[in-house]
Amino acid sequence: MDTSAPNLYGILIEFDHPERLVNACRKVRDAGFKRWDAHTPFPIHGMDGAMGIRVTRLPFLILGGGLTGLAAALLMQWWMNAVDYPFLISGKPLFGLPANIPVVFELTVLFAALTTFFGMWGRNGMPHLYHPVFKSERFRRVTADRFFIVLEARDPLFQLSKTQEFAASLGGVAVELLED
Amino acid sequence: MDATRAMEPLDNTLEDPTRPTPLVLGGHTLTSLTDKICAIAEKPRPPRAWYIAITASSSLTLVMFAMIGYLITTGVGVWGLNNPVGWGWAIVNFVFWVGIGHAGTLISAILFLLRQKWRTSINRFAEAMTIFAVICAGIFPGIHVGRVWVVAWIFPIPNYESMWPNFRSPLLWDVFAVGTYATVSLLFWYTGMVPDLATLRDRATTKVRAIVLGVLALGWRGSHRHWHRYEWAYLILAGLATPLVLSVHSVVSFDFATAQLPGWHTTIFPPYFVAGAIFSGFAMVGTLIVPIRKWFNLEDIITLHHLENINKVILATGTMVGFAYSTEFFIAWYSGNPNESFTFVNRAFGPYAWAYWTMVSCNVIVPQFFWSKKIRTTPWMAWILYIFVNIGMWFERFVITVTSLSRDFLPSSWAYYSPTFVDVLTFVGSFGLFFTLVLLFVRFGPIIAMAEVKTVMPVAALEGESKPIGDYHGDMHDEPRHLREKE
Repeated sequence: MDTSAPNLYGILIEFDHPERLVNACRKVRDAGFKRWDAHTPFPIHGMDGAMGIRVTRLPFLILGGGLTGLAAALLMQWWMNAVDYPFLISGKPLFGLPANIPVVFELTVLFAALTTFFGMWGRNGMPHLYHPVFKSERFRRVTADRFFIVLEARDPLFQLSKTQEFAASLGGVAVELLED
Repeated sequence: MDATRAMEPLDNTLEDPTRPTPLVLGGHTLTSLTDKICAIAEKPRPPRAWYIAITASSSLTLVMFAMIGYLITTGVGVWGLNNPVGWGWAIVNFVFWVGIGHAGTLISAILFLLRQKWRTSINRFAEAMTIFAVICAGIFPGIHVGRVWVVAWIFPIPNYESMWPNFRSPLLWDVFAVGTYATVSLLFWYTGMVPDLATLRDRATTKVRAIVLGVLALGWRGSHRHWHRYEWAYLILAGLATPLVLSVHSVVSFDFATAQLPGWHTTIFPPYFVAGAIFSGFAMVGTLIVPIRKWFNLEDIITLHHLENINKVILATGTMVGFAYSTEFFIAWYSGNPNESFTFVNRAFGPYAWAYWTMVSCNVIVPQFFWSKKIRTTPWMAWILYIFVNIGMWFERFVITVTSLSRDFLPSSWAYYSPTFVDVLTFVGSFGLFFTLVLLFVRFGPIIAMAEVKTVMPVAALEGESKPIGDYHGDMHDEPRHLREKE
C-alpha cells in the first residue's frame, strides 16, 4: 500500500490483443499482486489460470436454493391439501407423492434459478453503477474490442513509481492513472 | 484491434471435417462486429418498413384487447364453445404459443450444453421470441377461466374462501410449469444481455440512453472475476432450463393425457408434445430470422450455415412428429379399444378430416422437402415451408382438442364445433401482440449476443494459426488444476 497518492485508485493498462493480456496477467499473478483485475469484452480462454482465480462456490449456494424449493413445494402441498383444507377428490389420498412431483420439480428449478441469478449478481457486487474505471475515456472500449488490467493502489505491493514501471513492462499499448 | 481474420469463402454450408466451419463471415473484426450490431439499435430512425409493420401489429393488439374486453363484459358465450366442446381455441392457442417458446430455450440451453457454437448468432433473438410467445400463451388460460376476476385463485395465495388450489390437478401443474418457465427464461435472457447492454451503454451519445442503459447494465465492467462467476451461473441456468423446457410441454400434455377421453388418454403425449414444440418453435425462429437478417444486413453473422442447421432440426423434429402420428394410429388399433380406434378413424375420415389432413400435410410432408440441400440453403424457399409448419402445428393442437371432445363415448352428445369471429380475432390479435414485442426488441435491443459471438470468432494469433480465443462458456477447464486453484 502506497500512501503517497491518497486519491489514486490504481493503474489502468490497455492491451490490443487478448493473448498479450493473458501473458501480462500471468506476470501480475507471479509478481504476487492480490488487488487487481482484468477487464475484457468477452471471457477469454485460459484467464482463470492466468489470474489464479479459485473456482467459485456459487454452485453450492444454488444447490441449497434448489433443495429449499423442493422442501417448500412438498410442505406447501401437504399442508394446503391434507392439513389446512383437506381436499378429498375422486377418493384419491389427501397427500400422494406422485401427484405432487410436477410442482416439486418446478419449484426446485425456480428456486435454484433465482438463487443462481441473485447469487451471481450479488457475489459480483452488482448492481454497482459507479466505479473509478468508468472515469477513463479509453475504458469505454472494454465492452467492444479492448482489454485492460487494473492494479489497485490498495494492494500491499503497490508503490506508485515501481508499479508504474512494472505496468509499463507488461506489453500494453497505454498506461493511465485512475483517480478514486 | 489488429486482430483481423483471413477472408473466408462466402459459402460456409460446405462442411469440411478438417476445420471448424466459420460462424462469422465478411472478414469481421471485434470492432466491426460491435459497430455493426450496435448500429441497429443506435440508428435515430428505423426503416420505413418498421413503422408500417408496427402500426399493423399494434392495431391487431388493440383488436385482441377489444375482443378480450367483449368477452369479459359479455361472457364466454361469445366464443364458439358448446356442449360437449367446452375447450376450444383458447386451449389450442395456449398450447400453440407455449410450443413456439420452446425453440428459444432449446437454442439457448440445450444447444449450449451440447456445445453447438452456431447458436451464438441466434440465441438472443430466439430467447426474446420465447418470452414474447409465453406472454401470448399466458393470456389464453387467463381469459378462458370464465370468471376472470377470480383468476388469482389459480395461485396458492390466501383468499376469502379460505380454500387452496387442488395440487392433484394437471391444470395447476400447468400454472407452476409455465410460471417457472417464464421466470427462468426471463432471467436467462436478461443475464445473457447484460454484457451487451453494457456495450450499448459505453457507446451511448445521449444522456437518457446513458442513464437507462447504465441502470440496465448493472454497472457491468467486463471484470474477469465477474466473468468467471457469470460463466458458471450461465452454465447452471442452462442446466436448469434444459429439464425445465422438457417438463413444460410434458406438463401441458398432462392436461390432456390425464383425462379419460379417447385420443387424449395416451402415454405418448409428453415426448410427442415436446418434439412438436421444438418443431413449431424452430419454424417460428426461421419465420422471423429470414426477413430480419435481410433487412438488417446480418447475412454474415446469421449465415446460411445457421439457417441450414435450423432446417435440419425442423426436418428431424418434423419426422419425429410424423412418427408419433403413426404410432398413435398403430396403438389405437393394437389396443383393441373400440373407443380409441373409433376416435382415430374419426380424426382422419370424420367431420374434421379437413383439419387432420391439413395437419398431416404441413407437419409430415412439408418438412421432408428439407432433405434437399438446395431448399435448406435458399432462405425464401425455406421461409415458405416455415409458414406451412406454423399452420400445421396450430392445426395439430386443434385436431387433438376438438376431435376428441366433439365425438366421445355417447353418440347422442356429439356436436360439431366452429369458432366465432371473437375466437378468430383474439387469436389473430395475439399475433399482433407477438409481432409488436418482436419489433420493439429488434429496434431497441441487442438482437445478436455480441459478447458470445466474439468468443467463437477467430482472432489473429500473435504467432501460429488464427483460432477462436474466446472462452465459450467454460472451455476454460482445460487449464491445469493447480493453476486454477492457486491464489
